[in-house]
Amino acid sequence: MLSLDLFANAVAAGILLGGFYAAVAIGLAVSFGQLDIVNIAHPAFIVAGSYIAWALNRHLGLDPVLIGLLASPLFFLAGALVYRVYYAAFERTGQESLSGLAFFFGLMFVIEVVLILAYGVDYRLVTADYIGRSIRFADIELPLRLLVPFAVALALTGGIWLYLGRTFTGRAILAVAQDRLALQLMGADPVRVKQLAFGLAIATAAVAGALLVVIGPVEPSLGRAYIGRAFAIVVLGGMGSIGGMFIAALMLGVVESLVATFVGPSWSPAVSFGVLLLTLAIRPSGLYGRK
Amino acid sequence: MIKRRSFVRASLAAGVISLAASGSLLSFAAQAAQPIKIGFSMALTGGLAGAGKAALIAMEIWRDDINKKGGLLGRPVEFVYYDDATNPATVPGIYSKLLDVDKVDLVVSSYGTNEIAPAMPIVMRKKLVFPSLFGLAVNDQFHYDRYFQIMPAGPEPKLDWSHGFFALAKEQKPAPKTVAIAAADTEYTLNAAAGARKNAEQAGFKVVYDKSYPPNTTDFTPIVRAIQASNADLVYIASYPPESVGIVKAAHEVGLKAKMFGGGMVGLQFAAIQQNLGPLLENIVNYHFWVPAPTLKFPGIDAFLKKYEEAAKGKGVDPLGQYLPPYAYAYMQVLGDSIEATKGLDQAKLAEYMHKTTFDTVVGKVKFGKNGEWAQSRVLMVQYRNLKPNDLEQFREPGAQVVLYPPQWKSGNIVYPYKQ
Repeated sequence: MLSLDLFANAVAAGILLGGFYAAVAIGLAVSFGQLDIVNIAHPAFIVAGSYIAWALNRHLGLDPVLIGLLASPLFFLAGALVYRVYYAAFERTGQESLSGLAFFFGLMFVIEVVLILAYGVDYRLVTADYIGRSIRFADIELPLRLLVPFAVALALTGGIWLYLGRTFTGRAILAVAQDRLALQLMGADPVRVKQLAFGLAIATAAVAGALLVVIGPVEPSLGRAYIGRAFAIVVLGGMGSIGGMFIAALMLGVVESLVATFVGPSWSPAVSFGVLLLTLAIRPSGLYGRK
Repeated sequence: MIKRRSFVRASLAAGVISLAASGSLLSFAAQAAQPIKIGFSMALTGGLAGAGKAALIAMEIWRDDINKKGGLLGRPVEFVYYDDATNPATVPGIYSKLLDVDKVDLVVSSYGTNEIAPAMPIVMRKKLVFPSLFGLAVNDQFHYDRYFQIMPAGPEPKLDWSHGFFALAKEQKPAPKTVAIAAADTEYTLNAAAGARKNAEQAGFKVVYDKSYPPNTTDFTPIVRAIQASNADLVYIASYPPESVGIVKAAHEVGLKAKMFGGGMVGLQFAAIQQNLGPLLENIVNYHFWVPAPTLKFPGIDAFLKKYEEAAKGKGVDPLGQYLPPYAYAYMQVLGDSIEATKGLDQAKLAEYMHKTTFDTVVGKVKFGKNGEWAQSRVLMVQYRNLKPNDLEQFREPGAQVVLYPPQWKSGNIVYPYKQ
């Protein structure tokens, strides 16, 4: 049942889905891709962002995406604080590989439990005018529930890409990823630079969380479902490459959507991760990774 | 006349006897005060925690009701439970601990097929009665004669689950001919899909789409579009709550054209989801177990729901509790009534009593069949009608959820074909 209309819609849906995946993965592209911090708690921060969006949407009627943007400075501060603790406890003493991983695992559970205690375990959903509506271009139907997250993810990725490439502090973040010692010799404090970068990574979780709750209901443990996929996107895109991450996210989204439409949805994860393995076999550093 | 020495001897003897008697009374009192411990695992965190916590609230209401009446066999009832985190892998360890370390007197199940099945081998080895909460066709694999399932799925749960959907479809004009089946890759949903497949074939419908999807799928528009492309008249979905929401939204975004849509979607019965989806649910025909229809006013149900709503306040669980909590209360009622009737905790006697008795519960009369499922199915097919956006109150009243099937519980006629 291959029709052009169905194919075009599947590709469009995949691109929109990929945009959302990019919003989920961009924080990891910074913390894991640039700073080598295996922040397995990143999706839990995203779910925390979803709950803030839900709470303010419910009580104040604000748009969830706007709430995500407004909450991002708060998440930035939380991220900076978490990095300070992580640095003092693990990175400074060179124990970040295993103990650091355990730290972020623990942090993930702490966030989940705090959400359960604060909001309970029921499913939370938001309301917005664009949820449930679509716009049509020729034969292609674009659900606004996915188009809005795509547009926001595109802006977020573009903004971070420009910040890292065009600003002084952004370049310092790129520099700390490449050669921490050299940066230190230039008189910059790598810990402060990493703290800034990690704060930025967590700030994106506030926005990604708002997008997540726009797409569907959330509950405190939902973040776990995105751990594997988000890390896979960062690795596929190439460690340290924001643009590569975005292309990888779109690629996975389109592959998932095409497989779900024409083969069977249960094959989607297998084919997506098959693409990941194949890409890494050909290009071990990912699509646009550092050699 | 009694001599002084004899009197002293008699008094001493009486004292010894009364001391002995009071000693045995003390020991009897100690025994009587010893609680009956009921152990279970429950999904209090993880994906099914919303339902698990609501079930726990209902079970605690039952425990408090019983203890207010003086307990069971004159002994207070105590719960020993652990969070299984919606992770089936944790369940065997929990039941081993409950039985070997906590030394509970009885066990009941966690919520849901995926959490019940892993407990079965342990419970069976100890030959315990096992009242179970919402497992679909779990005993099809185990054939355990002390398994008692409170969900009204019926004697052939896989088939009975979707029987109403296809029975209704068969009665409609213009007659539907084709069916699409989509289910999540999990135990419950695959069981539901297997039953739907068989029912569809038996009813003479042609299956034109039959696929499963991985849990935690984010976007359902490709799946709904593929179903749309198959031109199926009937769309039967077996899904868990987040997926159900995604599918309903995608169906609206894609403009799904089917004559009947729904079936086995878990979540559409939950108040938070009902409130959020509102008019998007319009005309969907989906399973349910209790709605506030005049045909389903069982003795005690209103009083129970009132207590539940009060207890659920501020706990972040389903505020109405129409789906699972009444049955969580009822499976404890079945166990409690059996203990009182058999005057003990003998597992064989309890099992025998549960098999032969028709229980009066807040979900109506419950009679178990040979395989521990309800002797007669009461899976309701409910259609959502005239829904207003963002209005929780409408789900408290009759009319928003019309019972279409089975005929003896029917509260209205179907709107056919499905219109968005």
